[in-house]
Amino acid sequence: MIPAAFEYVAPTSVEEALAALAEHGDDAKIIAGGQSLLPVLRMRLNAPEWVIDLGRIDSLRGVRDEGDHLVIGAMTTHHDVGQDPLVHEHALLISKAITHLADAQVRHRGTFGGALAHADPAGDLGAPARALGATFVAQGPGGSREISAEDFFVDLFETALSDDEILTAVKVPKYDGWGATYEKFVRIAHQWPIVAVAATVRMDGDTIAEARIGLTNMGSTPLRAQAAEQALVGQPATEEGVAAAAALAAEGTNPPSDLNGDADYRRHLATVLTRRAVLSAAGRG
Amino acid sequence: MTATQEPAAQQEIGRDRRRKEDQRLITGRTRWTDNITLPGMLHLAMVRSPFPHARITNIDTAAAKAATNVVAVYTGADLGEGQGACINAWPVVTDQVTPAHLPMPIDRVAFAGETVAVVVARSAAAARDAAELVEVDYEELPAALDLKEAAAAHENGGAIAHPDLGTNVSAVWRFDSAEAGTGGDVEQAIAEARENGIVIEREYRQQRLIPAFMEPRSTVVDPTGEQITVWSATQVPHILRFAMAATTGVPESKIRVIAPDVGGGFGGKLQQTPEEMITFAVARRLGKPVKFTETRSESLLTAHHGRDQWQRLTLAATKEGRVTGLKVDLLADLGAYVAIVGGGVPVLGAFMFNAIYKFPAYQFQTTNVLTNKTWTDAYRGAGRPEATFAIERLMDELANELGKDPLEVRELNWITHEEFPFTTVAGLEYDSGNYEAATARAKEMFGYDALRAEQAERRARGDKVQLGLGVSTFTEMCGLAPSRVLGSLNYGAGGWEHAEVRMLATGKVEVVTGASAHGQGHETAFSQIAADRLGVPFEDVEVLHGDTQISHKGLDTYGSRSLVVGGEALVRALDKVIDKARPVAAHLLEAAADDLEFSGGRFTVKGTDQGMAIQEIATAVFAAHNLPDGMEPSLDSEATYDPVNFNYPHGTHLCAVEVDTETGQVKLRKYVCCDDIGVVINPLIVAGQVHGGLVQGIAQALWEEAVYDENGTLVTGSFVDYLLPTAADTISFEIDHTTSPSTTNSLGTKGVGEAGTIASTPAVVNAVVDALRPYGVHDVAMPCTPERVWRAINEGSPGGETTEAAMPHFDETEGGVQ
Repeated sequence: MIPAAFEYVAPTSVEEALAALAEHGDDAKIIAGGQSLLPVLRMRLNAPEWVIDLGRIDSLRGVRDEGDHLVIGAMTTHHDVGQDPLVHEHALLISKAITHLADAQVRHRGTFGGALAHADPAGDLGAPARALGATFVAQGPGGSREISAEDFFVDLFETALSDDEILTAVKVPKYDGWGATYEKFVRIAHQWPIVAVAATVRMDGDTIAEARIGLTNMGSTPLRAQAAEQALVGQPATEEGVAAAAALAAEGTNPPSDLNGDADYRRHLATVLTRRAVLSAAGRG
Repeated sequence: MTATQEPAAQQEIGRDRRRKEDQRLITGRTRWTDNITLPGMLHLAMVRSPFPHARITNIDTAAAKAATNVVAVYTGADLGEGQGACINAWPVVTDQVTPAHLPMPIDRVAFAGETVAVVVARSAAAARDAAELVEVDYEELPAALDLKEAAAAHENGGAIAHPDLGTNVSAVWRFDSAEAGTGGDVEQAIAEARENGIVIEREYRQQRLIPAFMEPRSTVVDPTGEQITVWSATQVPHILRFAMAATTGVPESKIRVIAPDVGGGFGGKLQQTPEEMITFAVARRLGKPVKFTETRSESLLTAHHGRDQWQRLTLAATKEGRVTGLKVDLLADLGAYVAIVGGGVPVLGAFMFNAIYKFPAYQFQTTNVLTNKTWTDAYRGAGRPEATFAIERLMDELANELGKDPLEVRELNWITHEEFPFTTVAGLEYDSGNYEAATARAKEMFGYDALRAEQAERRARGDKVQLGLGVSTFTEMCGLAPSRVLGSLNYGAGGWEHAEVRMLATGKVEVVTGASAHGQGHETAFSQIAADRLGVPFEDVEVLHGDTQISHKGLDTYGSRSLVVGGEALVRALDKVIDKARPVAAHLLEAAADDLEFSGGRFTVKGTDQGMAIQEIATAVFAAHNLPDGMEPSLDSEATYDPVNFNYPHGTHLCAVEVDTETGQVKLRKYVCCDDIGVVINPLIVAGQVHGGLVQGIAQALWEEAVYDENGTLVTGSFVDYLLPTAADTISFEIDHTTSPSTTNSLGTKGVGEAGTIASTPAVVNAVVDALRPYGVHDVAMPCTPERVWRAINEGSPGGETTEAAMPHFDETEGGVQ
């Protein structure tokens, strides 16, 4: 498990990192927390000539309140995001998803932005990001631009980031008072999810006023279950009230078939997990 | 001394001693093979075939040889016959078809992962880098991958794993109770049951598993001394030395094999591996120390796998549920080569399918089949888990057919405690046991009746979460093995074990054992035995093992043999020390030897307070100033013990699972077991063995499977896809013991290393199937994945073999930048 030799640079500012990226281009890989890249290097599935480490850029770390939304620095570790009181108060769904993300060791090394930019459809953060309508801030040679969650995830391991851009932060609108649940279905604890459902719900008394649902591993990118979301509006938060809407959760999805389940089984799981996630988010689970 | 323990001031046997070895093993500050670094040592990297079956048409090593810090690159042709061979120690039939197994083949590879070239460099990194520069041209050949298809390939023109052999069938081994005179005619029993009884016919799959020991394999060979020294992460240093000598022509006396601390094996390090032989060959060729340490990926791909059988089973019974016959027809996948025990693994199961039940007629046949996959060999239980699974599943099916409780049907058929010793239909004599007592205790711990009531209630309510209760009343044969029995089975060695005791001048004691611990706790348990027997402090006993120059004689560790065979050898050597000390004590105390009694480490003159401690006698013998005339000045003693019988631990395991019928998810709710393993030396070590064993068996039922795709590629090539459980996936187990001492060894012990693994798999699957009975389900293939359980409920499909690819989680090409 020895990676092929590579050159290593650890800039201390985004500008320096962008310069290194511009210089080495296709021969470079950016390393954030390294929880996905290092296994790839060690198994020699990839052998970049340069590795650009963002770990020393302090400005990429931390969570801050910007009025109607939070800004989560791309290099903030999962652990720090998960423990952050602002995230807990305004974007509970992210806190909930992080408790299910990998294990404690990975959560202390892996980063919020690194995992999202890796764009594994089975990663645990894409579905919450989509459900919450997060905005991705990318910085490139020409400055900074914002990409919606819908546009950010392009395909398996592919994002809207250009080769010369770095993801610097993720903006998350505030969902104060919304309930949230991340229902993750695995065979063993440290496994990637076979399917997971990220649901956050605003209640009006006993009725669901609004629901936002993200799906993990139900296609080549994290998805939103919009048909189910719409059908939930105005429903009572009861088993019966939610079940019919949840049955729409797999609409328009194209889940993979692999060792852990065929596509039809995953579609079925998505409906069951959506029902459970919504009921739980509504405080009825 | 008599053979039983005498009450001592501080009896060590039965004491919860924390393990002496844990500090160094757990911190890793110890001599793992990969921690060994020798001056001028070179490092190896293997170039491995990506194809399961291919002709090697060319290997271009020029670029690799030219790389920085590369010393040499060798192919199979370069090393030729000098590399020796990997041996099969157990040709199960005299006409067994056994492909020649060069550690590095010259012209053809037979499985994906086989080594075709080795790079030698000054660092491990340089070796790994250069390995990527070796260009190998392959011409792909049809690969025998599917076990059933491979078994019939010689008849229908299918792919042959080794074309020159003309068949994939390596051996057909058979036992028939009518032919052996141990029972009746099974065909007649089945015919009668078809007329006027019950016949249960099933086909079960024993999926392929990977032992997945914690420490990947590593070998260091130093050829620079008078003897060639080999350090290897092996369970079997003595067997390895024999095999190296026998196949390379290097005299056995010129090879020293050391198994330093070894991080687990589970049978997976009971092997003479190609990598060990290649490392040995390279070191000899270059005259320099070399090291090879495999990666985890290489370990999963090439270290031998386990299980992998199809089992066709027919059980005959009367209408009342009394069993009358059992017929077993196995297909066993050997992989690409017949490994060191290899085809003997299914044969070890042959004597266990009848289990604890009084079958009047029995027939067993295994067809051992070669395929172009990683070779298979012993994995925790080796043949016995497969057998136990089959019979315990069948007994539940019989109970279901009768509409009776599965424990009731077992009780109707098991050997009662008054009937021991009992000779089974497979010809073994079970020396002791009490199935009634273990079952009664397990039921009590489990709260069996209350859980049955809850199950009925959930069923009546149509609960989405159903409860299932699974039973496994297992036995096993362990303590490999009486040499005469092995001889009769055509095994290439004996089954004895050796021990030595050295009494040092300072009163300390060195115990040397031929068993080779790799995590079991021998140092602690053997110290307890020696401390009790000699009456010396536990801390004063040092246990030496795993080095063929220190422990020159031994047959190593596997088959739950270390305590029951090696421990008995130790007891006998200890008794010889006492026998030698007695005349010295008599001489120094000026008493008659017959007037001395030995207790608590002291010889005392009966009726007086005169006495001497064994340590004082050791010092006196060292000085040798005043010994009885003609006495050799040494108390040191040795013993080689050949067991007269296997021994037969048993137990009742009860498992409750909750099945989420909406998702198919299976959750462990409760697991209790009451094992009878005879006298327990160290309850803490036993609990560890049982807990770990249970998890490994449960993992076969629910999680683990080695999967190959249609190209012969191991899909579960990392722990992303080979689902090894952790503590987070299990529950707290409740364990207890009944004690029926073995009658065939002095301490009354039975093996425990494999018991949990053997017993637990059917308990779990029986529980899953039990939960699903209301849905008409009578089987779920292992591992019982949520998808398979869900399909069983909704489609009635038990789930077949897994062939799907794995989901990629790492970007192999371009993709996301971060």
